[in-house]
Amino acid sequence: MSGQSDPRGSAFSAAELEFLAEDEMIEIVPNLRIKPLSLICGDFGPFQPQIPTQVPIWLAVALKKRGKCTIRPPDWMSVEKLTQVLEAERDSASSFEALPFHYVEISRLLFDHARDDIPEVYMVRSLIEDIKDVRFHKIGTGLEKLSSRTYAMKLNLSAMEVNVIRPFVTGSLETFYELTTPEIIQESQREEYRRPQTADRGPRRELRR
Amino acid sequence: MESEGTDDYETLISTTDADLLKRSWRNEKAAPEILQFQSSLVQRSREQIQLMEETVEELVANDEDPLTVSLYQMDIDRTLFLLRSYLRTRLQKIEKFMFHIQKTEDLWARLSRQEQKFAKQSIADLKTHLEQSVLSKLPDRYQSHLKQSVISEEADMAALLVHWSDRYIVPYVLDPLYVILNRRNDTFTCKFQNRNWMHL
Repeated sequence: MSGQSDPRGSAFSAAELEFLAEDEMIEIVPNLRIKPLSLICGDFGPFQPQIPTQVPIWLAVALKKRGKCTIRPPDWMSVEKLTQVLEAERDSASSFEALPFHYVEISRLLFDHARDDIPEVYMVRSLIEDIKDVRFHKIGTGLEKLSSRTYAMKLNLSAMEVNVIRPFVTGSLETFYELTTPEIIQESQREEYRRPQTADRGPRRELRR
Repeated sequence: MESEGTDDYETLISTTDADLLKRSWRNEKAAPEILQFQSSLVQRSREQIQLMEETVEELVANDEDPLTVSLYQMDIDRTLFLLRSYLRTRLQKIEKFMFHIQKTEDLWARLSRQEQKFAKQSIADLKTHLEQSVLSKLPDRYQSHLKQSVISEEADMAALLVHWSDRYIVPYVLDPLYVILNRRNDTFTCKFQNRNWMHL
């Protein structure tokens, strides 16, 4: 990418990705009573003891830090589900399992703040690490197949994976584009020269034949 | 490059202002060129933030539970961050591409009035700076801060031009779209030659 004078880092920093992930909803079980909250990003509550309710993760983590609730891990974070996903990832060489878009960030947040709320947390953690590794490996092999013919790629990638490869993929697609563009331009210039001539040739065609 | 599935899902569920602001922020961050300024969205967001800040003040005055106050405050902080980062990203893009944006009609129309003022001021500042530091010392034909791309055939200018003309080449390099669109001008071939100079 010697042609780029501006080194373009990832569009989003890791902190910004986490920020995006924090808006995802998660279930909590509060242990106290709070009046309904009408925030800019939505209305939540009322919070009553022992009644599960859905809130954004940032809210859940804030309450958890103050010891005001317990967090219920999402369905996909069970040992059985994750083992299934890992098997499927290992079996298919080119397609990605459908995982929540922010699975990395969400699992990170929960490990950091709600470790005691996750059953078999060490198992879950190692499973997610393995899934991450397998997917990255697949991404690496898939990227080698990028060529000038690639227009779009549709994959079940998660936010963090997309963000990591974004600068590389956009840069290489651009470079491909620039390298093939002169050919396209030369062809179209030839066409432009050709067009006025075909217009002239029209009425004369019978004579030429 | 984002998963298409998530975007469709987002349009199906409610599109609150918070969601719209988040989406505009993501788009602005990921797109290499500047996008249309969402003036009504920005206006509404500012009003909402102001309203919330007043609400928080009332809550504090009424001795509301500090937990609740802090939750409201966190929400305000998050929205403020989105708004500020949105505006900041746009300003960064304007700084990078200011000459190109000013020259291109529909790009210029994507700026808000204040952004246009900012762009004009930055251009004036940069022009003065370049003139004072370099351009006034060059021979007469090369003194324009905008036109060096037309005279780029002269190879003996290469070493000097590559150094500070990076700024003017950048908009064309980073936007391959514009290379195609400007096919009609014969400045296209000049731009392409400029690109080759970058490798020197």
